[in-house]
Amino acid sequence: MALEVDIEKRLGAFHLRAAFCCDRETLGILGPSGSGKSLTLKCIAGIERPDRGHIALDGQVLFDSQRKIDLPPQARRVGCLFQSYALFPGMTVRQNLLCALHAERDRKTRAARVDAMLKLLQLRDAADLRPEALSGGQAQRTALGRILLNAPDLMMLDEPFSALDAHLRLRLQMEMKDLLAGFGRSVLLVTHDRDEAYRMCDRLGVMSAGRMTTVKDTKALFADPETRAAAALTGCKNIADAVKTGPREVFVPAWNARLVTQAPVRDGLVAVGIRAHSFKPDEALNRFPVRILKEMEEPFAWVSAFRFEGQAPDAPALWWRYPRECRPTETPEALGVAPGEVLLLY
Amino acid sequence: MTDLFPLYNSLRIAAISGVIVFFTGIAAAWYASKLPRTVKGLLDVLLTLPLVLPPTVCGYFLLRVFGARRPLGRLLLHWGVRLAMHWTGGVVAAVVVAFPLMYRTARGAFESFDERPAWAAQTLGLSNTWIFWHVRMRACRQGILAGGVLAFARALGEYGATSMLIGYTPGRTATVATTVYQLWRTDDERGAFFWVMVNLAISAVVLLSVNLLESRQRTGRSLWRWR
Repeated sequence: MALEVDIEKRLGAFHLRAAFCCDRETLGILGPSGSGKSLTLKCIAGIERPDRGHIALDGQVLFDSQRKIDLPPQARRVGCLFQSYALFPGMTVRQNLLCALHAERDRKTRAARVDAMLKLLQLRDAADLRPEALSGGQAQRTALGRILLNAPDLMMLDEPFSALDAHLRLRLQMEMKDLLAGFGRSVLLVTHDRDEAYRMCDRLGVMSAGRMTTVKDTKALFADPETRAAAALTGCKNIADAVKTGPREVFVPAWNARLVTQAPVRDGLVAVGIRAHSFKPDEALNRFPVRILKEMEEPFAWVSAFRFEGQAPDAPALWWRYPRECRPTETPEALGVAPGEVLLLY
Repeated sequence: MTDLFPLYNSLRIAAISGVIVFFTGIAAAWYASKLPRTVKGLLDVLLTLPLVLPPTVCGYFLLRVFGARRPLGRLLLHWGVRLAMHWTGGVVAAVVVAFPLMYRTARGAFESFDERPAWAAQTLGLSNTWIFWHVRMRACRQGILAGGVLAFARALGEYGATSMLIGYTPGRTATVATTVYQLWRTDDERGAFFWVMVNLAISAVVLLSVNLLESRQRTGRSLWRWR
């Protein structure tokens, strides 16, 4: 019982290709804006029609270009939480929730279920407010309640926290995680925020320029992003072209640096990535003389821009981040990277 | 005692044409808002033309179509429908001239509608008809009502096309607008002034209600309670 997607769609010069499965888990789609994440969700919901491909949910075919199947959104049993929550204008929270129970004939059952949902989502005080009077969190919970009452087989969340203030985000992410666990069915979550993706998702797929690549367990993806796009999206600050020079050795021309790696280097290597916090002043391996250019203080860390002494003049500076309490007394003259922290990108 | 027939005639012409324009305008706007760009542009020119043409030119075309000696006019006469030199022709003239106002305001409202609530409703399994009436029309209601009021006001004040198509016959085709001109032309300054004041009063009421609608739209309060 799962969602299976394999679709293709052209919009002008943009070409969307996405293929993945989602089986009773929270699958995140991580990608920059304009990479086709929302379009993918719309294709699954039936709002946009793919040019070709196949979408099935729990064995039921929702879309199949060859068999000419294209169910309307109403028949797909797919709930979607839109970016701006898309509450019905002019209706109160209670009326918005009631709309989701249109199939329930009995008036009393409807009212009771809405009341229970209002209680669950802590919306009882806001029940008679209209959308424009709601806070971001209340609007989000109303939209979520509408979907939960409708009890779809798949829930899709499109950048659910992007419209919220930062201090609310963390709390609502925790609440949402509990609610999704109670939902117990497949969930697709679209985001460009790697922290959100890491916190909320069991598995992650990376989307870049319309292409869905590397779908794997969230922790595995952060440990080994495999591609340039995935490395950048998981927050890797230093990425440069590289060539294989040995079974466990690569050369990075832009940094004029030969790096040893822990994992064997496969053929077809295109680049390496080094996370900003992977550089260590006391690491003996992959150690190179550096020149610190600038420093900036963060709440709990320091960030430095630096160059390798042998670096090509037109190559961009690198980033080094370390916790405040690890600030060295003297500016280091060389930095090293443990071989296991060199990310191999193909 | 002034004969109030022009007021009665103007009001019935404006009311009937207002209702016709209201619904056809919404239908045309809905249809046009879903068309591809190029076709929409062409249709737009055609449907908006009466707004920019001098009303007398519209009247000229109407006479060419509905005149008693023209094919269509003759056919209608054959069925007992008389438009030229008859108050019902005033309805036709008012419809043609007021239609663009309704069409354009309604289309603007439909096109500025945020589609996401409609998508959300679809994924919740609500029917497209339900969505049209409860989500789309609801969100666009104030804009559409304002368009309706404007179209009604335009129909009420129609002069050019009306005078071409139905002329001025006291007690038969005279409207407020044509009466003002006729009385002024015949040196009845007091009479003209009376009808000018009537006109001003009607326009004031109409504009006040448009402003009221617009301010309600801004503050987001709805005009009527829901359910």
